[in-house]
Amino acid sequence: MHGDGIRTGTTTSNLSAQPTAKPDLWAAYRMRWRRRGLLWRSFRSRHQLTSVTDRTDLIKRGDVLVVMTLRNEITRLPYTLAHYRRLGVGQFLIVDNGSTDGSEAYLAEQADVSLWKTDRSYRAARFGLDWMTWLQMKYAHDHWCLMVDADELLIYAHHDTRDLKALTSWLDGRGQRVFGAHMLDVYPKGPLSKARYEAGQDPMEVLQWFDPGPYRARRQAPLGNLWVQGGMRERVFFAKKPKHSPTLNKIPLVRWSRRYAYVNSCHSALPARLNHGYDGPGGDAPSGVLLHTKFLPEIVAKSEIEKQRKQHFHAPAKFDHYYDEIAAAPDLWSEESRKFESWQQLEALGLMNSGGW
Amino acid sequence: MSVGILMLVHTALDRAEQVARHWANAGCPVVIHVDKKVPRKTYDRFVASCSDHSMIVFCKRHSCEWGMWGIVAASQSAAELMLEQFADVHHIYLSSGSCLPLRPVQELKDYLAARPRTDFIESATTADVPWTVGGLDHERFTLRFPFSWKKHRYLFDKWVDIQRFVRFKRTIPKGIVPHMGSQWWCLTRQTLSAILQDPDREVFDKFFKRVWIPDESYFQTLARVYSSNIESRSLTLSKFDFQGKPHIFYDDHLQLLRRSDCFVARKIWPNAEKIYGGFLRSPEGAIKMSEPNPAKIDRIFAKAVERRTKGRSGLYMQSRFPNEGWENGMTFGRYSVFHGFTELFEDFEPWLARATGTRVHGHLYAPERAEFEGGQRVLNGALSDSPKLRDYNPIAFLTNLVWNTRGERQCFQVGPRDEGAPVWFICKDPNAQISVISGAWAIPLFKSNMNFADIRKEAARLQKLESDQLKALRSPYAKARVRIWSLAEFIEAPMEPLQAIIDEIGTDPTRRLAEAPKMTDLAGFGQFLQNLKNQGMHPYLMGDFPVTQAENEQKKPPRKPYLVQ
Repeated sequence: MHGDGIRTGTTTSNLSAQPTAKPDLWAAYRMRWRRRGLLWRSFRSRHQLTSVTDRTDLIKRGDVLVVMTLRNEITRLPYTLAHYRRLGVGQFLIVDNGSTDGSEAYLAEQADVSLWKTDRSYRAARFGLDWMTWLQMKYAHDHWCLMVDADELLIYAHHDTRDLKALTSWLDGRGQRVFGAHMLDVYPKGPLSKARYEAGQDPMEVLQWFDPGPYRARRQAPLGNLWVQGGMRERVFFAKKPKHSPTLNKIPLVRWSRRYAYVNSCHSALPARLNHGYDGPGGDAPSGVLLHTKFLPEIVAKSEIEKQRKQHFHAPAKFDHYYDEIAAAPDLWSEESRKFESWQQLEALGLMNSGGW
Repeated sequence: MSVGILMLVHTALDRAEQVARHWANAGCPVVIHVDKKVPRKTYDRFVASCSDHSMIVFCKRHSCEWGMWGIVAASQSAAELMLEQFADVHHIYLSSGSCLPLRPVQELKDYLAARPRTDFIESATTADVPWTVGGLDHERFTLRFPFSWKKHRYLFDKWVDIQRFVRFKRTIPKGIVPHMGSQWWCLTRQTLSAILQDPDREVFDKFFKRVWIPDESYFQTLARVYSSNIESRSLTLSKFDFQGKPHIFYDDHLQLLRRSDCFVARKIWPNAEKIYGGFLRSPEGAIKMSEPNPAKIDRIFAKAVERRTKGRSGLYMQSRFPNEGWENGMTFGRYSVFHGFTELFEDFEPWLARATGTRVHGHLYAPERAEFEGGQRVLNGALSDSPKLRDYNPIAFLTNLVWNTRGERQCFQVGPRDEGAPVWFICKDPNAQISVISGAWAIPLFKSNMNFADIRKEAARLQKLESDQLKALRSPYAKARVRIWSLAEFIEAPMEPLQAIIDEIGTDPTRRLAEAPKMTDLAGFGQFLQNLKNQGMHPYLMGDFPVTQAENEQKKPPRKPYLVQ
């Protein structure tokens, strides 16, 4: 307030606006009902959750929250939680989907974790989205809320010196409610099974490499989100079926409202304006990177189980080859792989933007 | 003699207290104004916690909204209290709760004591400065603004439009010339008291109450009336981003702030422990009397602003996706496309690489695979030669290639066989240089060992494809540098066009071509075309190739490479 200065003396706010498409009222109306449908599903899904530890009374105004669904992630959890604690997260809202490796007991002990559990189908709950949307609806209204998986580490410009509170309050100042991130697969050099990872270790010490490109983006109707694909998983597993290659754009960090709903993981959301976190010409909207640390050595054993469970992907049968190939412990490294150094490196490569911050 | 600090506070009260104590401990009286919107309870607690210090006092509270009179009223009340209660105050420094002194307070005192008659207030006439972002400058003083810019933007804008339409104008009171500048000033007791005790103050206040963002013009304008010596700059370091919002300083700016030698900086992020810890210590070591030097910070922030507003053209990513045609460069940098050259010259690619020092690929959009330079399978940025991936999004393939090979010009071949090539995209891209020899596709057919019926069929297909591509290249929408020759035209004098293309690529403008690429032997080509015609397929894209030429050429030995001095 004080000191938003002279230089704000403008009467229009569209400094970097794209031309807005003609409002299609019918499409907007349909999307509104779609959103309500999603919220209703999520509201119904609350019966599937059993509270294990409820520390939600400790949530303070202005806290940044993390919501997460997981299954058997005991080796990663200590580091993931530590990473987000360092970034100033106030509380973790976690759904445990039938872990058998002690994740539940571990999480129940953490002072900043509220834990629910369920044994219901992950896939039937829209890959956990129904559960998480319910938790967000109930606890995250008007909070900045981060939806990530246990194997995703969010980084952004200056993340080493400025925490999420600084980031979100800056975004608030700009009137921006969403912060997008690019999912970047990181992997070891050499066959997957050769790497060594100790529980609690920083996965980035093991997974030091990533693909600097190519990433392609296209705009998708009717939600207006970008669809970014490419990178290592496409190069290795989906070169013949680029259409099936994983979606890499996410909007994990949102100033949440109980009226919001994610549509497809956190790749896109409703209302559609949440998907417009990108800039047109003459602009570089701020965005971050989600380091996707899926390819730890344990994935080799896990992928066989996942193949049997058929809980991922809309058409699981089409992805059998993906699990088979991972189970064969391939070497994901290529001549053009880069070694991960810092966020500055990622920004120079055009994978994230500081957006003038 | 000392400096009095006025502090306008609305959040992060604990930090404000910390800073206020720092000033007060160094002997500077502090008057704090707390926004009326802060709840009574919080305010009382704040007052109580500061009550042990006699140099910290609180003034009457006003409700402050950005761009409104409240902030000026707050400064007035605080200033009046300061002048009244602390008689030995010589300079009065206006600051906010998120301001932080960067240098020992004694240095500021000495600096001001050495300039007892100087008012430090940024103050410029509206006509002279480009600060205002795209909107109102002089009209701030001549229009009325009953609607809040922050809350009712639409009404605000419309009301401005209506007033402009009916040519409404307020009259500016006599004796003042509107000036604007940063609202963080440091005035002498003399100037400030003259402003506050002016017999006409009623008139001025009434006028400025209806001005937009008066905190940036009230004191700035009136100081011009009374001050004998204005130094038009603010002692407070503050930077603005592209939206006109102040930049916030975080812990990683610590070294930068130290080197700036500024007295006070804003805004500081309230949780920046290192900054607060580092600067609010009692002074140590020798006191230096250097001038503030914000230039270094200026450069760094100017860079950030430029990046934010201009973006990085040619980059398509998660948070940057220009509409097609909205940007001057649709790709990151310049590249060259050659059409029909490899068919005509036997060693065109290695020759071009030698002549220009650029990276020369084959047919990137060949149906079989992307022919990267030297048969590489994966190029910079892990770009794969897989045709499937490429054809899935051919435009992204190109933008990725150009982005990932930044700093090195790329050349590649395109021909009618490369149906997947995004010809429309390329010809609309001002970064592209396209050179076409039309009809050259017939040469490989001419040299091939296929049955004539198949040749005829393939020729018809390629001619159709190429004529479609040429249509795009000749369209009025093409923004690329396009040159098109027919085959017949080109072989008349091949070196001239080649030299022009190479010059334009311009890696070494002084270099003349020392060697020419080896042109393939075209003896009998005219007859070949005639045979096609005789079969009912009319090749026209290569221009006029006389049948007789073939006869003439057969007598001559095969052409030698051209040499041009």
